[in-house]
Formats: sequence, structure tokens, C-alpha cells
Amino acid sequence: MTDDARRRILERLKRVRRADVPLPGELPETIVFDDPRAKFAEMLRLVGGTPLDVADRDAARAMLAELPVVRQAKQIVSYVPDLVPGTPELDTADDPHALAGADLAVCPAEFWVAENGAVWVTDRQIGQRVSLFLAQHLILIVPGSQWAMQMHDAYRRIGSIDRPFGGFISGPSKTADIEQSLVIGAHGARSLHVVRIG
Amino acid sequence: MEHAINADRFTADAERTGWHDQALWFVRVKRDRMANALPEWEALRTRAAAIKAYVNANLAELLERFETQAQARGIVVHWAETAEDHNRIVLDLLRSRGVTRVVKSKSMLTEECHLNPYLEKHGIEVVDTDLGERIVQLRKEPPSHIVLPAIHLKKEEVGETFREHLGTEPGASDPQYLTEAARGHLREKFLAAQAGITGVNFAIAETGGFVVCTNEGNADLGVSLPPIHIACMGIEKLLPRLEDLGVFTRLLARSATGQPVTTYTSHFHAPRPGCELHVVLVDAGRSEIAANPAYREALNCIRCGACMNTCPVYRRSGGFSYESTVPGPIGSVLGPLREPKKYHSLPYACTLCGSCTDVCPVRIPLHHQLLSFRQTLAEKKLIPWTKRVGMRLTGKMLGSGWAYRLTGRLARWWVPKLPRFLVYSRLNAWGKQRELPPMPKRSFRELYRIEPPDDRRR
Ligand code: SF4
Repeated sequence: MTDDARRRILERLKRVRRADVPLPGELPETIVFDDPRAKFAEMLRLVGGTPLDVADRDAARAMLAELPVVRQAKQIVSYVPDLVPGTPELDTADDPHALAGADLAVCPAEFWVAENGAVWVTDRQIGQRVSLFLAQHLILIVPGSQWAMQMHDAYRRIGSIDRPFGGFISGPSKTADIEQSLVIGAHGARSLHVVRIG
Repeated sequence: MEHAINADRFTADAERTGWHDQALWFVRVKRDRMANALPEWEALRTRAAAIKAYVNANLAELLERFETQAQARGIVVHWAETAEDHNRIVLDLLRSRGVTRVVKSKSMLTEECHLNPYLEKHGIEVVDTDLGERIVQLRKEPPSHIVLPAIHLKKEEVGETFREHLGTEPGASDPQYLTEAARGHLREKFLAAQAGITGVNFAIAETGGFVVCTNEGNADLGVSLPPIHIACMGIEKLLPRLEDLGVFTRLLARSATGQPVTTYTSHFHAPRPGCELHVVLVDAGRSEIAANPAYREALNCIRCGACMNTCPVYRRSGGFSYESTVPGPIGSVLGPLREPKKYHSLPYACTLCGSCTDVCPVRIPLHHQLLSFRQTLAEKKLIPWTKRVGMRLTGKMLGSGWAYRLTGRLARWWVPKLPRFLVYSRLNAWGKQRELPPMPKRSFRELYRIEPPDDRRR
């Protein structure tokens, strides 16, 4: 069935192919922020997240140890164990369902985007990608030196995708489906801290 | 179906109509704030439209490219010519793996195909996990908006629905409390699901992957727990290159809800280790639209909902008045393209104000399409004969100088003398719900003759 469908759909579409429609070339000139670092922090706050900037990993470790979401967490899944130690059974879980009770996930991210407070995360160093969505709270650790001005820049950085999963995360999970009132913590993380190191 | 009759029913509750109108306008204002903050906004829209024009012109090649790339990454690609094919493919996939519990994130395509009732009929539980969609699913209603499925409901009504189905406190209507209840309820569903179904916002021919955007994170939860992910997409969702996502991710959330980007913009490029990832490519009338030069730009649509939020008719008549999966301006183009007989009244649910065209991030000339549809439908004799004959006569009258003058004179003389019940009768749609302006004593021509403009007064 699907082979016939494929053939017929493609045949119909080939009949209406037009060779004279070009792909647009050069990008339009895009916005540039004088202080991208501050813009990111402003946008992340706007979408309900908390930016934290620290000088190095030692400072990050000390700061994280004091953070209420870390102190209050009983079960932690951590893929950045040198900064926040995780609960061992969770960090190495083969079944994503094992993370159902996780209070906190600490995950490495690759770069941040100034224009919208988003952070690019892949499953490269994340054992279970569900940790990003299932844990009650989320902390993302990203190198301060790795960033993009806006999304065009971001995709240029990504270049090509070689991981099953990659995503931009901008703030904690949210919904406004009941009378347009914003509620933070719909299904995913109830809070998001983005720690930029350096 | 008649949009005007459905709209009458909605507007009978004036207070609710006003509330609905304001709720949507609020979203439009948020969109404006975001759009105005980007100097390149108009250039982005132009670029998006140009990319989509390329896609519509080269869909076959792009689909083949996508398929090859996706297969190389371990994604299984299926092709469905019709909505029924699509439903059967999904059912077969689930059945052959013994799946009886499925979670699904928002997908207008699966709404369009009526996938839920089909799967339920075959004994599979499907839980919509977008909060708004879950609300309307529990109420056995369709969504009334493509981005804000429960925008027609007040929080008290949601509270009542949740009391009945989720056991929340009677009378409770605080959105925070209700969302929390839904979170608990849906977590159980996520953890119990054996497969996850999502829509697709964008698929990339170059890489063979696809992108799903949500704010709640429900799509990601739904496909990161169970071992099977089925993504259903209309064939028009393709983009040529990864870099094109830069344009579309910047436009989508700003246009939809006035956010700088969706909270979760997830790129899927292979199954999780040991798991399955399927993509179902669905035509269901799209290749016909691609072949129709007058309307093919309708395939540009990225389902942001901006045209609905701004439409003076949608805001005051509600999504249900359109009786179609996609309501509002774009729905009024897509509906009659698919089923002209059923949706003949939708192109008339439009004041031709052009606001939809102004906000559409992919520059679909919505109001031009709606106008030209009126002509198409009249030619196909799909509008009521009263309107057809009336329009023909009016056209003749407006086209001839003497007939126009005579009609004007007769109207000025007769209408003020007619009894009310005649002027405000069923025959005069313009006298419905409003007072006609008083008839002037003289026509513009006559006034012009009496008092010609002179330089002094200019
Ligand atoms: S037609 Fe344009 S404005 Fe309307 S939903 Fe589609 S993309 Fe958005």
C-alpha cells in the first residue's frame, strides 16, 4: 500500500514541478545586540528561567551546592557529576521510567542563544534524554564562551546533526491553555536554571 | 453548513463574545510586540515565503531526499495518500506491537484525519497530552483554535470538567491548581504509554530529521519514555536545509503566542538506542493544492494561528462556527479547497479587511484567496441562488450609469417611506442587528452640481 501511495504521490508532484523557483540566497541583515550576554539573561528571565553566571567550575560547584533546588532534591539525575553528584541508580538507568521520581536533573548543554534565552542541548552526554523533561526541576550547564546571536547563527554553529536528539530549551515548561493565564510547570520542568561557566 | 447561522448561535451570548474577542486580541498584541522588536521581521517573512515557494515547486525531489536521509539514520518512512491510509498505517504499527495505550501531542494533521476516534474504535486508548487538547478531549469537543485548543472555555468550565474527570475540588477554577491536577493525571499516562505520537512542525530534506515545537514539553515526554515514536506529517511540512530552520523558528512562536521561541524546539534525527522511530508522510489533498496556481500558497501555512487571533470574524464567531479542523482565515481557504460543497459559506465569513494577510508569517495572500474563492464558488454554482441572482443584478446595475442613477433616486425616495418591517426584513441582510444610516436627500452627483468645489475652499 505504502509503495503504491509513494509512487502516486510523487508522480502527481513531479507533474507540477517548477524549475524556475530559486531558493533564496543571502540572509537578511539581522539584529545584533551590544551586550549578548546580558540579552540572554534578560530573555531567559522573560521566559521564566533563571540565569546564573560563574567564573569557573569551582565557583559553579560552590554556588550549586547552595541552590535551593539542589539542596531540596532527594533524587538527582546528574550528567555533570563533578558539579552536582547524582543518585547513582538514576545516572546509569537503562529504563527511562526509572527517572519518574527524579526531583532534579543536571545536564550539560552546548551553547546559548542571545535573542531568545534558549540553550542547545543534545543527547551526546545525557544518558536518558527524558531527564530534560521528566525531572521536576532542571539545571543546564553551558560554557559561557559558546554562544549564538540569534537562530541563524545557532544553526550555523550546529552545522550538521549527528545525534538522535537535539533541542533548544527556552525556560521552564509552561502553558496558558486555561483562560490565557500563564502557568509555569505544565508537564516538564517546573524551574530552569542556566549556569554559564566562564 | 452555514457559518452565519453558527456564528449567530455564538454571538447570542454577547458577554462571552466580547470576552472571546478580547482574549484573542491580547494574543495578537503580544505578537505585535515581538514582531516590532525585530528590525528584520518583514525580511524574515519574505524569506520564509520564498523558501516555501521553492518547497511547493520541488516537493517531489525534497520528499525523496528526505526519505533517503531519514532511512540512512534508521527512521522508517511511510507514505499515505489519504487520511484513511494514514490511520490504517498508524493502527497497523500499533497493533503489530501489541500497543493499547498511546499518548499524543498536538497535531492538526491527526485531527484532520480523525485518528483518535479511529484508534479508539479499534480498542486503543489515545490520550491527548497538550493541556488544552486534553481539556477538550475530556469534554468530547474538537479544538476551537489550532494553537489554543480550549480558548472558547472559561476557567470555571475547565474546573467543572476536571472535577468530573480528575476529581478536583468542586468549584475550583484557579488555573494554577487545575494545571497541577492535569500534570499529575497526565504523568501517569506518560509513564504508562507504550507508544508516543507527535505531529511535525518542520522536516528537513537535507538531514532527514524533523522538528517538533511545544511549550509544555508534552511531545518530548511522550516520545522519550515509550520505545515507539510515530510522527505524522503533511507532505508540505518539508524545508530544504537545516539553516532554513533559523527563519522558521524565529517566526513561529513570535507569531503564535508572542514568545521569542517555543520553550521546547526538539530535533529528532534517529530512534533512541533499541527503539523505533516512524514518520508517516501524508498527502490527503495536498498534492492537488500544489497543482493549483491560484491557491498553492495555502501550503505555506505553519499553523501559527496568527490569522485567527487577528480576524474580526473569528474573534467574534468562535472556532466552532467554522465546523472545520482548521478554522479562521486559513481554514476558510483550506476547507473549500478540500470540500467546496460543505464549506461554501466560509469564504464569506470574511470582511476582506486583510489583517490576516498582514500578520501571516509566510505571506499567504489570505484575503485575496478568500475573495477569489467567492468567484470560484459562484462559477461552480455552490452559493445560494438568491445571492447569485442578487449579485448578477447588482453587477449589472453598478456597471451602467443610468441604472445606477435611477436606483439611487428610487432608493432615496422610497426607502424612508417604507414601513420598518419591510426594510428590516429577511431579504435585507444589511439591516440585521443594525440600523441603516438615514437616506441622504441628494446624491453626491447632485450635491457636486449644486456646490462645485472651488479653490478658496480647498
Ligand atoms: S495562514 Fe499564516 S497566519 Fe494563518 S495559521 Fe497559517 S501561517 Fe499562521
